[in-house]
Order: sequence, then C-alpha cells, then structure tokens
Amino acid sequence: MRFAVLQFPASNCDQDAVHALRVLGHSADFVWHKDTSLGAADAVIVPGGFSYGDYLRCGAIARFSPVMQSVRQFADDGGLVLGVCNGFQVLTEAGLLPGALIRNRDLQFHCEHIFLKTANRETAFTNRIPADKLLRVPIAHGEGCYFADEETLAKLQSNRQILWQYCDASGELTDAANPNGALLNIAGICNERGNVAGLMPHPERACEPLLGSDDGRLIFESLFAALEARATPKAA
Amino acid sequence: MKAKIIITPKKAVLDPQGKTVQTALAQMGYTGVTAVHVGKYLEIELAPGTDKAAAELALNDAAHKFLSNPVIEDYRLEIE
Repeated sequence: MRFAVLQFPASNCDQDAVHALRVLGHSADFVWHKDTSLGAADAVIVPGGFSYGDYLRCGAIARFSPVMQSVRQFADDGGLVLGVCNGFQVLTEAGLLPGALIRNRDLQFHCEHIFLKTANRETAFTNRIPADKLLRVPIAHGEGCYFADEETLAKLQSNRQILWQYCDASGELTDAANPNGALLNIAGICNERGNVAGLMPHPERACEPLLGSDDGRLIFESLFAALEARATPKAA
Repeated sequence: MKAKIIITPKKAVLDPQGKTVQTALAQMGYTGVTAVHVGKYLEIELAPGTDKAAAELALNDAAHKFLSNPVIEDYRLEIE
C-alpha cells in the first residue's frame, strides 16, 4: 500500500510516520503542503507537530494549505485519512472531523505513555485490535482536550464514532487516567462515514518493541486490512 | 482605519487559563472576581478610504471562517 504523509512547516512526526509505515512493510511518501496532488496514495496520514508554530490556533493555518484541498477531495471520495496529534487538530479545524482540541485542563504539556481503550472495533482504523486489548502508546501535546457540544457528543456516541478513550491499566475510563480533560475521555474519533479518523496519541511512535511498545502497529495494521478489503479510490 | 476583533472562549468551554488567572487574583487579594475569561485580541489595520460596510462583511467572514473557531469561541468585531 502507498501512503501519503503530509508535511507542513513545523510538522515533526512526519519522519516517524514514514519510518513506521516502511518498517511495517509499506510504501510512504512525503507530500509538501504546497503540493496539490497526493500522487497515487491509497491513504493519507496527517502527522503530528506544530504546523505554522501553532499560531492563532493549532491547525488553523495548516488547514488552508493547498494540499488540504486535495485531502478534502480524497476524503469526500471515500479515501482513508488518519490525523495524529497536530494532524487531528488540523482535521477538526478543517471540519473533516467534528469538535475541537483545546488547552489541556492543567495547562501542562503532557509527554508520557497512556492506555487507550478501543470503543469501536469495527472501523477501518480499529479492526485488527483484539477485544479487551488496551493500547499502550505515547502522548505529547499541550492542546489535546477534546471538546464538542452536547448535541455533537450524543451523535458521536449514537453513531459509534468514538474510537479510542483514555483509560487506566485495567481499562477503566477514570478521570485520573484522562491526561488532558477531554470530554468522555475521548482520545480519538472518526467521521460519520468512517473514513476519516484522528487521535491525539502517537501510534507511529509505538510500532517497534525497541521503542517501549509496539501496540501502535494494531492501528496501522487495521488500516492495511481495510485498504486490502476495499477498492480505495486513487487520488487525482 | 482600524478593526478590532475580540475572541473569547464560549461559556460552555472549559477555560483553564481563565480559572488559573482567577485563582491567582484571589490569592493576591483582589476580591469580588466571579469569573475570568482569557481570549485573544486582534488589531487589523485597513487601508485608508476602505468602505466600512464592505470591511465589516469581509472581516465577519474571515472571523467566522478563520480568525475564530465557532466550535469553541465567540468573537466581537469593532471597526473605527
């Protein structure tokens, strides 16, 4: 499979994403933010970082990049798009995912490993995650507190769009296990159609045992399985 | 000609900065503060002779689309 990994000024997880995808046996190419073509990509990764210095709001400027017009078209055509950390923020700012990411409730930047519970295992991003398997993956963000109004939250729940929630080591969704104050302990969601997802944790930094955890592979392996199972539209 | 845009967090949105500033004010002895909201202030300089109504229309559009995020923020536009 071919992945397009976007690069904005001050993206800093783009290399990690490409490395992880290649380690997992797939092809990954960088796509510069000024480009308007995603090449022959089967899926798009919007990586973490601090695009445009996080000026104004995280992701607010990146979402107007030329490449994001192509990503919107790609998503509208049903293509799979995964946003990680700043990539998640970019996708919410672009309106491709509902809600917003705001300052962590304690105003601190959190850089640590957390546990994730998968709330819906029947999506393109979660299908290879075994039942009851908790994912131990790192987070590194200052603005990861997921917010949406009550109506949106209710819709996320009824459509099963909540994919991952912060939990403790025994899988309980406690307040103490919530690193940023996210509503409903939300760490990651998908759109209504199920082809665009975003999460604050970094699965690409947890794909090799050497890095302390390889639980992140399960998210990418889900993507690979979904891509193999469907005829993914090629980007123009 | 100058436009001012004041952006504040929506009431329903958690505002940890506002809460922290409020607590600090109380600790410093400034009493009677019931809430603090920390937002953003943008000062936009417009070319002389700009049509005020047109500028208002354009800046409202920009504020809604880009300068503020309607999911979490409210804004107020003033042109003088």
